[in-house]
Amino acid sequence: MSFDADHLRRCARLARLALADDEIAPLEREIARMLDLVGELHHAALDAVEPMAHPLGLTLVPRPDAVTEGDAHEALLALAPETRLGLYLVPKVIE
Amino acid sequence: MSWQAVIGLEIHAQLATRSKLFSGASAAYGAEPNTQAAAIDVGLPGTLPVVNDEAVRLAVTLGLAIGARIAPVSVFARKNYFYPDLPKGYQISQYERPVVADGMLAVRLDDDRVIEVRIERAHLEEDAGKSLHDAFSTQTGIDLNRAGVPLLEIVSAPVLHSPAEAVAYLRTMHRLVRWLGICDGNMQEGSFRCDANVSVRRSPQAPLGTRAEIKNVNSFRFVEKAIAYEIERQIRVLESGEAVVQETRLYDAAQDRTRSMRSKESADDYRYFPDPDLPPLAIPPELVASVRASLPELPEARRRRYVEALGLPAQDADQLCADRDTSDYFEAVLAALPGEAKLCANWVLGELAAALNTLGLPIARSPLAPADLALLLRRLREGVISGKQAKDVFAAMIAGEGDADAVIAARGLVQISDEGALLAAIDQVIAAHPAQAAQVRAGQDKVLGFLVGQVMKATGGKANPQRLNALLRTRLDGSGADLPSAS
Amino acid sequence: MSDALDQGLRACVKAAREDGQDVLAAEARRRAAAHGDLNAFIGLDTRTRARAAGAAPLSGVPFAQKDNFCTAGLRTTCASRMLGGFVPPYESAVGERLSAAGAVSIGKTNLDEFAMGSSNETSHYGPVRNPWDLTRVPGGSSGGSAAAVAAGIVPFATGSDTGGSVRQPAAFCGVTGLKPTYGRVSRWGLIAYASSLDCPGVLARSAEDCARVLGVIAGHDPRDATSAARPVEDYLAALDAPLAGLRIGVARPYFGAGVQAGVGAAVQAALAEYERLGARLVEIDLPHAHLAIPAYYVIAPAEASSNLARYDGVRFGHRCAHPRSLEDLYTRSRAEGFGAEVRRRILIGTFALSAGYYDAYYLSAQKARRLIASDFDAAFAQVDLIAGPTAPTTAFALGEKRADPLAMAAADVNTVAVNLAGLPALSIPAGLHAGLPVGLQLIAPAFAEARLLAAAHRFQQATDWHRRRPGDRP
Repeated sequence: MSFDADHLRRCARLARLALADDEIAPLEREIARMLDLVGELHHAALDAVEPMAHPLGLTLVPRPDAVTEGDAHEALLALAPETRLGLYLVPKVIE
Repeated sequence: MSWQAVIGLEIHAQLATRSKLFSGASAAYGAEPNTQAAAIDVGLPGTLPVVNDEAVRLAVTLGLAIGARIAPVSVFARKNYFYPDLPKGYQISQYERPVVADGMLAVRLDDDRVIEVRIERAHLEEDAGKSLHDAFSTQTGIDLNRAGVPLLEIVSAPVLHSPAEAVAYLRTMHRLVRWLGICDGNMQEGSFRCDANVSVRRSPQAPLGTRAEIKNVNSFRFVEKAIAYEIERQIRVLESGEAVVQETRLYDAAQDRTRSMRSKESADDYRYFPDPDLPPLAIPPELVASVRASLPELPEARRRRYVEALGLPAQDADQLCADRDTSDYFEAVLAALPGEAKLCANWVLGELAAALNTLGLPIARSPLAPADLALLLRRLREGVISGKQAKDVFAAMIAGEGDADAVIAARGLVQISDEGALLAAIDQVIAAHPAQAAQVRAGQDKVLGFLVGQVMKATGGKANPQRLNALLRTRLDGSGADLPSAS
Repeated sequence: MSDALDQGLRACVKAAREDGQDVLAAEARRRAAAHGDLNAFIGLDTRTRARAAGAAPLSGVPFAQKDNFCTAGLRTTCASRMLGGFVPPYESAVGERLSAAGAVSIGKTNLDEFAMGSSNETSHYGPVRNPWDLTRVPGGSSGGSAAAVAAGIVPFATGSDTGGSVRQPAAFCGVTGLKPTYGRVSRWGLIAYASSLDCPGVLARSAEDCARVLGVIAGHDPRDATSAARPVEDYLAALDAPLAGLRIGVARPYFGAGVQAGVGAAVQAALAEYERLGARLVEIDLPHAHLAIPAYYVIAPAEASSNLARYDGVRFGHRCAHPRSLEDLYTRSRAEGFGAEVRRRILIGTFALSAGYYDAYYLSAQKARRLIASDFDAAFAQVDLIAGPTAPTTAFALGEKRADPLAMAAADVNTVAVNLAGLPALSIPAGLHAGLPVGLQLIAPAFAEARLLAAAHRFQQATDWHRRRPGDRP
């Protein structure tokens, strides 16, 4: 399972990260080395093991259905790079 | 060559909670843009989701209503993709372990055939915001009020085979979620939406064909038309020797066709994984038991009872069970007037429905409470008023003139049904018109009407016509000695 | 009176009570300015604060906050260009509790960008320098907090620990660093790196001071669904629990080939001290210890790749100039806003979760995580605490491992397993090697912070390693 430039481009596309051409070779090498490091996982006997996503066997405690948040749009929109008429703006999306 | 269509529906029902699935912001529809998007909904760094207990309860409610398994432990997962109205870059949904699995919904078709539609799963997830593509010329505007609103995604198995079956299923599910009070069912506001997976195959034995997913169908009519168009399109494609492409298509109602969605072209890889901010959701047996105990009688069961136990015609039962409010109204009227199911049904579906239609009011906001209607119907049954009078009284009640007794008294409508009073008037009329009385005795029935008219005149029109007819006949037929005296 | 800053929290609280609420904070700010060469701070806290009641447990005590804790109305950067202008409208739960206890936040400390790193060299604001030797790293990612405490600027600072980010810099800078049980301290307002591993922690001069701060910041928070509902113990009252009979597990994997001889020797000496104090050393086995680094370096980047998707240039954070399209907006804003290490981890995490690789990487790592947690469960059936070197080496030179992510990962070899299992652990100064501090890590079962702090406190009662200061001559 070797990591190559195609994997890298595909992951960069999924993660929406622009990659400069001269970044590809070194990044590919570094990530491949990190994946070698974690490759130990492939030699471990894991078939019968239940995966663990959270420590300590936690379970959820839900909250009551109550409206506790008021209108904060002025403060929140102020954090945005570009807004108009109370909306966040992005370049036009064509569906 | 006959083709078989295979259709599965994914319904998104917005759950009727006050606040969002993972934040305390209001989930109400129609606010000014971004005024109901809290820091959590906007996905600000450092904020965390906490699940809404009512959304969980409502999901369990649907699960029990369709006889599904409620997962003792279900898991929230992240569905990762970038879109401007998806604030965190992932949607919190349920993937491998949904809260509801393996249910069944009986769907009655127009021809009275019943199909059993298997529901594969129903899972909780948060809605995305809204992209406003046409608000500005070169930019898309984003309103995040809807982001985080709780949805129950209800996924049917691909077991529907025609647009009509698909719509019948959709209508039945629509009625059920509203019946259960878990969703307001408002399709214009997007509270009840549907995506349709459609494929065709050469025969029911053939393997499933490649499917297309149709999005953005927001009315029953459009669902039917979109699926019908898509089935025809796929058959056309296949018969011309080409292949159907697995893709997402958008229904364009104006042109009545589906078209490929460019923005969804690239193969998605959602990288689902358990949300590390949300440990597994345990649903204790006590919660399931309490929801089960509070589950209302379901529409199909109620419909069956109306026909089998109450003896109502199927058509009445269907209409009464079309929605919970109508049915509950009927139940309340009937409770006050036991044994009069047909009378109650006639008035609820007839006069009341017509009046509400004129007023533009749903039955839940009827100006007449069930008890009001029941009182009117009782007076009708008691013969206090005639059927024609009852309609006038009903109109007056709708106009706000008071309850049935008040209107009857105010208009002096009380019928004379009392035998003594009627017999006294009858005897006077017979005495005053001996010739006509003799004619009736001789069998000239049409003269009876004259005598009835005279008694009516004498009583100011208040004599109960049915009682009057019966008494007058008896008086003229018999000796009169059998009847109680007028004294 | 300003000497109180050098003597720990008890002295600070007393000094503030006697000399006024603002005196210590003013002195801490003066010291922060004087130690500008450490680059320990990204910003100073200039907010005016509501005064807490005089009797509050940390009244008038200055502290510093790692700059991944949100501060309402004060820029919070995560040491990233991405959040260069981000001013959160809310305060972290930890910040709220400390303010309510009367503590005075004086500034935001430098860290590895988004807490991803073990040397503090990935900060957009430049590396922090180790007060013991300015040519060396302070460790990471809470390097600014560790350096600020080590240099005597503040008596304590907050940190966050995802794979050792409190304990390793504590070891490198010769301070005490506590990572509580996962869920013991709310993550609300802590900007996420890897949510199932992230844990707010404390860096201070002593276990006693950590206990004092933990007592303030621990407790259930309904805003964090992973927050524990169990009651908070009185950690201070428990500090004097005797060591006699305490069973300390010594795990061979923690003394592996990568451990510097001097570090190993210092830790062995510390363990001998524990024996002298009445504890019993027990050899234990942690058979899956070798899977900790592989599991960590899959799970943490996987969660990070998702946690950091929200930085898209739309609602907050860096946005590239003149985006030509939505894709351009996304890809350039993110490539410009994130540094190289963050981008690398996002890419690795994306790969680990992607179709076709999920089972081999993410799912395998989750299974390994279970085995690692089970190892600890088994070990704690035999022992009360587990001990070993916090890090295999003392502080390394700036730039030494920067280009080698694998060598950097090796620095976390003894700390990451604790986060995978969600356990509490701390690092205490246990000696010096070539003039640089060596840390001893103690690990306890879940929610046994009282036991952990008491064991550390007893050691610190008997030794003075925690009182050593940079610049002291042996």
